Amino acid sequence: MFGNLSISLVLGQLLIGLINGSFYAMLSMGLAIIFGLMNVVNFAHGAQYMLGAFVAWIMLDTLGIGYWPALIIAPVVVASLGLMMERVVLRPLQNLDHLYGLLATYSMALIIEGLVRQKYGSTGLPYANPIPGGIDIGVMFLPWYRVWVVATSLVICLGTWLLIDRTRLGAYLRAATERPEIVESFGINVPRLVALTYGFGVGLAGLGGVLAAPIYQVSPYMGSSIMIVIFAVVVIGGMGSIIGAIATGYLLGLAEAVTKIVYPEAANIVIFVIMMLALIFRPKGLFSGSENAR
Amino acid sequence: MNSDDAPPLLQVENLEAWYGESKALHGMGFEVRQGELLTLLGRNGAGKTTTLRSIMGIVKKRRGSVTLGGEQLIDKRTFEIARRGIAYCPEERAIFSTLSVRENLLLPPVLRSGGLSESDLLATFPNLSRRATSMGTQLSGGEQQMLAIARILRTGSRLLLLDEPSEGLAPVIVKEIRDLVLRIKAQGFTVVLVEQNLSFAKSVADRHVVIENGKVVDSLTAAELNSGMTRVKSYLGV
Repeated sequence: MFGNLSISLVLGQLLIGLINGSFYAMLSMGLAIIFGLMNVVNFAHGAQYMLGAFVAWIMLDTLGIGYWPALIIAPVVVASLGLMMERVVLRPLQNLDHLYGLLATYSMALIIEGLVRQKYGSTGLPYANPIPGGIDIGVMFLPWYRVWVVATSLVICLGTWLLIDRTRLGAYLRAATERPEIVESFGINVPRLVALTYGFGVGLAGLGGVLAAPIYQVSPYMGSSIMIVIFAVVVIGGMGSIIGAIATGYLLGLAEAVTKIVYPEAANIVIFVIMMLALIFRPKGLFSGSENAR
Repeated sequence: MNSDDAPPLLQVENLEAWYGESKALHGMGFEVRQGELLTLLGRNGAGKTTTLRSIMGIVKKRRGSVTLGGEQLIDKRTFEIARRGIAYCPEERAIFSTLSVRENLLLPPVLRSGGLSESDLLATFPNLSRRATSMGTQLSGGEQQMLAIARILRTGSRLLLLDEPSEGLAPVIVKEIRDLVLRIKAQGFTVVLVEQNLSFAKSVADRHVVIENGKVVDSLTAAELNSGMTRVKSYLGV
C-alpha cells in the first residue's frame, strides 16, 4: 500500500496523527459539551487553548513554576477566565439566537489573540520538554512526552465520557441539554451548572494548551490554526455529541496522517473534504442518533 | 383534609405574565389550602399552563404575588421555588430521551423529608420498575405520564402542579392516572391540576376555578360543579 515507504516513516506519521488526534479529541470534546448544554458554538475555544499554553509559559518564565504544577494551575486559571466570560458575555445572550453567542465568542477569540500578540509578539516561544528521551521500539524512536500526551488525552476523554454517561452529575447535564427549565424545576441550580460546565470545557482547552506547549511553539496563532479543525471535528461527529467528538478527533488525526503518507498534498484539506461529505450524506453527524448525542 | 379556616398554602394574587411582548396572564388570582385539590379549567389558550409555569418561575417575565405558606416567591428563580416545596409536572411530560427510565426517575434530588427513595418509587410503580433499564422515551404515553408524576414525588414537595395528566391517553389509562391522582390526594398532597377532561377533573377535585383570557372568571366547589355544569361547559365551549 505504501510502496517503498519505510515502516518507520509510516509509524512516525501515524504517531503524529495520534498526537494531533489527541488534541483534536480533547478540544472538540470540550466544544461539544459546551454546545450541547449552552447551544453556544464557543469560537473562543482555540484562544482558550492558546491561553493555557501561554499561562504555562508565563509561569515558567516569570515565576519559575514548571510543567507539572502548570498542568494543574494553568487550566484552573483559564477556566476561571472562562467563568468570568460566561457571566459577563454569554449569560446576557442566553435567550437570544445562538448566532449571538457564536459572534460574541469569536470576538473574544480575536481580542484574546490580539492582546497576547501585542504583549508577546507573533513569533513562537519555546517550552522545554518535561519528559525528554524516549524508547527505541525497533522500527522507530518513541519520545516519552508524546506517549504521555496520548495517554493523558485518552484518560481525560474516557474520564469525561464516564462522568457524563455514568454519574448523577452527567445525568443532570444530559437532561439539562434537552429541557433545562424542567431540570431547574427539580430544584437543581441550572444556571450554575451551565457556568461550571462552560468553565470545565474551557479548562479542558487550557489543559490541551499546556500539553501542547512542549510539542508545538507557544504562539498567539496556535489557537486559531487548530480551531477550524476542531469545529470540523464537532460537525463531523455530530454537534453536541461527546462520544462523537472524541472518536472523530482521533479518527481525523489518523486520517490526516494517512493522507500525508499516501498523498501529502491533500493532508491539509482532507478533514474538510470529510466534513463536506458528512454534511452532504449525514448532516447530523456520524455519531448522532446512535447514542442520542451523549 | 382541607379546612376553610386554614390559611392558604398557595396564594396567587394579581399575577401577570408575558411571553415576549405578548401578555398571557391578566391578574390571575386564586388560593389553595393544605391538602386541597384544585383544578384550573378553561379553553385552550386561556392561560392555565402559563399560570403553572409562572408560579414555578419558568415564565420569567411576570409580576404580582405568589406566596407559599406566606413566603413571597415572585422574585425567586425556578430552582429556589422548587426547593421551597413546589413540584411541577409539565403537560408534555418532558421525559428525557438520553436517560433511562431509572435515570429519569432518580433525576430529581430528594429536597425535603418525605421524598421517595428509589426502592419506594419502584415499589409504588411496578410498571416502571419492570422497564427501569429502557430509555425513557421508549415507554408508552401512559407509562411516561406515570414516570413524570412519580419523578416529582421523589423531591418531597407537598404541593404538586400537574398539567393535563390525562391528555392524549386512552380511557383505560386515564382511569389509572385518575386513581394515581386520588392516591396522591389521599396521602395529603396539595395539588393544582390543569385539566380539560371535565369528567376527570370532576372525579378528583375539591374545587374548580375557570380561567378565561388569563384570569379567573368563576370558582366552584365540587358540589357546585354538578349544578353549574351548563355554565362551566359554556366557558369551556363543550
